[in-house]
Amino acid sequence: MSGNSTYQPKTGLTRWLDSRLPILRLAHDTMTTFPTPRNLNVWYTFGAILTFFLAVQIVTGIVLAMHFLPSAVLTNGGTSSVAFDSVESIMRDVNYGWLLRYMHANGASMFFLAVYIHMFRGLYYGSSKAPREILWILGVLIYVVMVATAFFGYVLPWGQMSFWAATVITNLFSALDQVVPHMGGAHAPGIGTMIAQWLWGGFAVGDATLNRFFSLHYLLPFVIAGLVGLHIWALHVPGNNNPLGIDVQGPQDTVPFHPYYTVKDGFYLCLFVIIYAFLVFFHPDFVGNPDNYTPANPLVTPPHIVPEWYLLPFYAMLRSIPQKLFGVLVLFGALATLLFVPWLDTSRVRSMRFRPMMKQFFWVFVADCILLGYLGSQEPQAVWHLGGIDVPLLWPARIGTLYYFVFFFVVMPFLPLIETPLERPKSIAEAVLGTAQPQAAE
Amino acid sequence: MATTTTDEPTRRDFIYIATGTVAALGAGLAAWPFIDQMNPSSAVLALSSIEIDVSAIQEGQQAVFTWRSKPVFVRRRTQKEIAEAEAVALSDLPDKLARNLNLPEDAPATDKNRIEKPQWLVLIGICTHLGCIPLNNQGDFGGYLCPCHGSQYDTAGRIRRGPAPENLAVPPYAFIGPAKIKIG
Repeated sequence: MSGNSTYQPKTGLTRWLDSRLPILRLAHDTMTTFPTPRNLNVWYTFGAILTFFLAVQIVTGIVLAMHFLPSAVLTNGGTSSVAFDSVESIMRDVNYGWLLRYMHANGASMFFLAVYIHMFRGLYYGSSKAPREILWILGVLIYVVMVATAFFGYVLPWGQMSFWAATVITNLFSALDQVVPHMGGAHAPGIGTMIAQWLWGGFAVGDATLNRFFSLHYLLPFVIAGLVGLHIWALHVPGNNNPLGIDVQGPQDTVPFHPYYTVKDGFYLCLFVIIYAFLVFFHPDFVGNPDNYTPANPLVTPPHIVPEWYLLPFYAMLRSIPQKLFGVLVLFGALATLLFVPWLDTSRVRSMRFRPMMKQFFWVFVADCILLGYLGSQEPQAVWHLGGIDVPLLWPARIGTLYYFVFFFVVMPFLPLIETPLERPKSIAEAVLGTAQPQAAE
Repeated sequence: MATTTTDEPTRRDFIYIATGTVAALGAGLAAWPFIDQMNPSSAVLALSSIEIDVSAIQEGQQAVFTWRSKPVFVRRRTQKEIAEAEAVALSDLPDKLARNLNLPEDAPATDKNRIEKPQWLVLIGICTHLGCIPLNNQGDFGGYLCPCHGSQYDTAGRIRRGPAPENLAVPPYAFIGPAKIKIG
């Protein structure tokens, strides 16, 4: 599916260019004639939506960086900081600054919403399975770098949530003190504390931390862009998976990418951007935390600190474990598990459309992630009152965390042993067009 | 006369290995300044000690000072709080070490080992779980409650319940007057 170029340069200039830098050929082969399964549904439009939001974040971010000052130096009699003031100046003084900042802040949320839909879709249709393992792993790496970028970005306004998010997340590394308690003599810090101090550039989160996080926040989106290039490259070798999860057998199963999928992607992108615009213009602080409009105070932790919504499920997992090192391992383990999905799922049937049992476990898994997200947003001591019984939220969080890992390490590898998959159509063309197409022997 | 055999090292082998070694070593050495620049700078390290006056703190009150950009709690404990802290058996403590930088490292976490004068509790006010600032006079043990993940400390700043692994640290300090403390 790759390597058979049909590009024909038509003018003297394009022929001249093609023999020196075949960039138009690359664009033609990947974005115009690329043979794409004819049955891709709405859930396959999120790749394009994600590319769009990466561009939105980079463009708005570059512009915001022209006005932002990454300094924790105190201002206004010690009640604010240069960074916090510069964000307020963007909101109040810079022409259209309010719009650019709200586009950037809500763009991050839409980016994560799209990436979660994209990931669940990949899980549902078995898109990680051979021959697309590298494609999936690159996707997980993109997600991890996105999380890091979003975290660094959240720190920059230097509000209370910024400061305490930075404190809690960098302190995750101090859990390693339980592995190597001393680097040197008595009372010397452990290896985790040393890593934390190295990240901070001090003995706590401070000015040095803010500066380096700004530098990294500017760098990482370009790393994401590079990984996206590899992700698309890895996609174009085997070609797209599809909702039936069966292989493309010939030209009768595909349509050219342009205009079929450029238009389909564009249409759903427009719908998605309407939601985005609604947030930006009508509820710009809907996903934000009001505490971040309070300037950072290193001496007072807000009574209830929470991460942004897209990290809440992992936060719930961290809090559900009463032991520090184990809690941190569970948090990072939940992310690392995703890397192994291509090999954890042992079923030879890709699409869950034809897996009646797995489909149910999948939807429970989706509900579990949403439940964990909700639990992560609640206070640590919160209690549910269920018909006169008090249930501390710790317990549903523990069950939810357990199910997350059971899904990957028990259901995925072992369910195929007892599950009988439904019969799959012979070909995409047959399923879509309803007529058996003549085709080569399988 | 130069000959090419496979069992004798040649000048090419030598240059190959020497170049590779220098490149690897050079890359390693060159990486260090780029790693070490992120560690606390000399200016940060220079802010090592402070002297504070605690005479204005009344019994049952706590004041917060900043030392090395960390909050330091100075709490003037009531007789009831002292009695509560002293009554705790060592076996009830999740962390049995004093975590007092003025004492040997293996000192047990008795109330006596957590303080210099019984009325004055001096602590680094950073939860040993993930670094939040615990709230004063809250939680089930009369000491501190961390708002982030619910760790609870007693009136000697010792961890009693929750995910924090260690007692609140006691900074290096000494009384340099009846109500004057030098920290650091």
